[in-house]
Amino acid sequence: MANIKLNIPALEIHDLTVAFDRKPVLWNIDLTLPQGKLVGIIGPNGAGKSTLIKSVMGLLPLSSGYVKLFDQDLATVRNKVSYVPQRNSVDWDFPVSVLDVVLMGRYAGLGLFKKIRPADKEMAMDCLRKVGMENFANRQISQLSGGQQQRTFLARSLAQQADVYFMDEPFAGVDAATEKTIIQLLQSMTQQGKTIIVVHHDLHAVTSYFDWLVMLNTRLVAHGATSEIFTRENLQHTYGGKLTLLSDVGELFKREELPNREM
Amino acid sequence: MENVIDFFSFSDPNVRYVTLGIIFIMACAAMVGTFTFLTKKSLLGDAIAHAVLPGICVGFMLAGTKNPFVLIPAAFAFGWLSLLCIDFITNKSRIKEDTAIGLVLSLFFAIGIFLLTIIQKNGNANQSGLDHFLFGKAAALVMGDIIAFSIVALLLMLLTLLFFKEFTLISFDKNFAISSGVPVRALEILQTGMIVLTVVIGIQAVGVVLMAAVLITPAAVARYWTDNIKTMLAIALLTGVFSGIAGAYLSYSAPNMPTGPWIVIFISTLALLSFFLSPKKGIINKILKQKRYKRQIQDENVLKTLYQLGEKTNQFFLSQQEASISDKRFFAKNILSNSLHRLMRNGFVTKQKNAWQLTDAGKLRGQRLVKIHRLWELYLTTYANIAPDHVHEDADTIEHFLTPELEAALEQQLNFPEKDPHQTIIPYQ
Repeated sequence: MANIKLNIPALEIHDLTVAFDRKPVLWNIDLTLPQGKLVGIIGPNGAGKSTLIKSVMGLLPLSSGYVKLFDQDLATVRNKVSYVPQRNSVDWDFPVSVLDVVLMGRYAGLGLFKKIRPADKEMAMDCLRKVGMENFANRQISQLSGGQQQRTFLARSLAQQADVYFMDEPFAGVDAATEKTIIQLLQSMTQQGKTIIVVHHDLHAVTSYFDWLVMLNTRLVAHGATSEIFTRENLQHTYGGKLTLLSDVGELFKREELPNREM
Repeated sequence: MENVIDFFSFSDPNVRYVTLGIIFIMACAAMVGTFTFLTKKSLLGDAIAHAVLPGICVGFMLAGTKNPFVLIPAAFAFGWLSLLCIDFITNKSRIKEDTAIGLVLSLFFAIGIFLLTIIQKNGNANQSGLDHFLFGKAAALVMGDIIAFSIVALLLMLLTLLFFKEFTLISFDKNFAISSGVPVRALEILQTGMIVLTVVIGIQAVGVVLMAAVLITPAAVARYWTDNIKTMLAIALLTGVFSGIAGAYLSYSAPNMPTGPWIVIFISTLALLSFFLSPKKGIINKILKQKRYKRQIQDENVLKTLYQLGEKTNQFFLSQQEASISDKRFFAKNILSNSLHRLMRNGFVTKQKNAWQLTDAGKLRGQRLVKIHRLWELYLTTYANIAPDHVHEDADTIEHFLTPELEAALEQQLNFPEKDPHQTIIPYQ
């Protein structure tokens, strides 16, 4: 794996359309994100924020378009990419400890048939320390609070030692103190050149958290430096309900089972 | 008794075959079933078990005998075919997976019974015992079966060990596994193959109908006793193997009994016991815990009442009759007397001539309860915006269960106030 040049974009999305049951939830997204930024993806419920990062991670089939990370296909740069799923996407009553979960971040790098090494454990403990969870390493995961679950997921992601991180609502159900710890950690990571892309569910603190924004409502409304694009007009376009026609058309596709692209 | 010695001395080669075969089957089922259980795919095992019956019949028709090296591949093929059908229906129609499983399971089973009847009608002498696949008969296992089973069991054990960390990851968080580059699709196919293999070797001893229980129940039992996935696998293995041996013995001592039902009754009994007795999740422990809480509340209410009686006169160590305690706050007579005697045994009150008085420790504990009660009322009216006449009941519960840490935090946040919302003094040390 050659070193990544700084001037190439961390993420490039070209003409991406994603549909569920034929109903498009993302239409024609064209997007380029530079390296080293803390990027917020914002938009109303159902805007396709989670869908966007899931399709970048190859978890959903694309109806059209392609995704490049550091100018390459996901498959070739997978070890540079980390994904933090929504906290409630897993069953927390699973019989493993916090440390076990964090170690899962090391599995892909280790490869099949390989055992966890002491070095992996130390690495995992270090990641737990960064999120302030070192005292919970041996705790069964069903005994964690929402904020602790989120920090466990974050530690697992850190253990992957990636260059770009995609995080799905890392602040959902998290107390104010945890949110502050997390955002400070993310900011210090971007200072080391990491790119962090965060799905964010509300508008509070957007300007102080993110230096780059993606404003999304089924289609891309705007993307760029927060100071430039976080405007009243763009917010109105994103949240103002002007796009109901678009979702009506989407419903039509689903109801009539129309093809998403010309055959 | 003679039976027991005959069986467990393993001097009869038949008994050796049967026991070995059962051990292999139950070990495979427990290992594979642990991950099926954790992935919440329990129904799938049932579908596969029913779907392999036509495979067994076709295998027999091809070979003309019950040769396991023909039956197993044929059964495997049909098990796999059923899964493809389920996938196809789920992906290409509006039918949900559970319905698809139900549809495919019954159709394949019907075809199986149909073929079985044809075989039985056509009078091949080798067919005797083919119907054992329905309910299972361990006694029918022969040397060839045991060799085939041991190969399968070793293979499955090896695969489980090799892919243990990946199987764990996929069961816990499949999306993360995919995103991090673990070959999830291939591993899932492998896992499904392992389920099918287990079912195929299992049904001869356990039967098509009961195979699902053998897969899932050991894992369910194990989950009650541990929060560690490795320990869980070990307990599931032990549970399965133990129930298997027990079932084989019972079926040996009563020759007309099928083995499957005995094994299932055994594991299910273990599951029922775990449901009641497990130290963390068991029902009995939960009931006992509630009972302890109830007692604690009663005892503390009595202490609190004694303290409040003392508050009136500012003399906390006066003797009180049971009647005057009940006047201050109603207690059923026997409950009050039980509580007082428990408190006496624990050193919180003493008894003198039918009257009760607080000890130093008793006064301290009563005072803490009163303090927390009043602080909590103040907290609710100040921070939660609840009217002063609505806070009493809430505080009545909280006072018993607030931890010392939360108590300190409460004092800090309210900054040690002097009076509660009803203008009553809050007692500190």
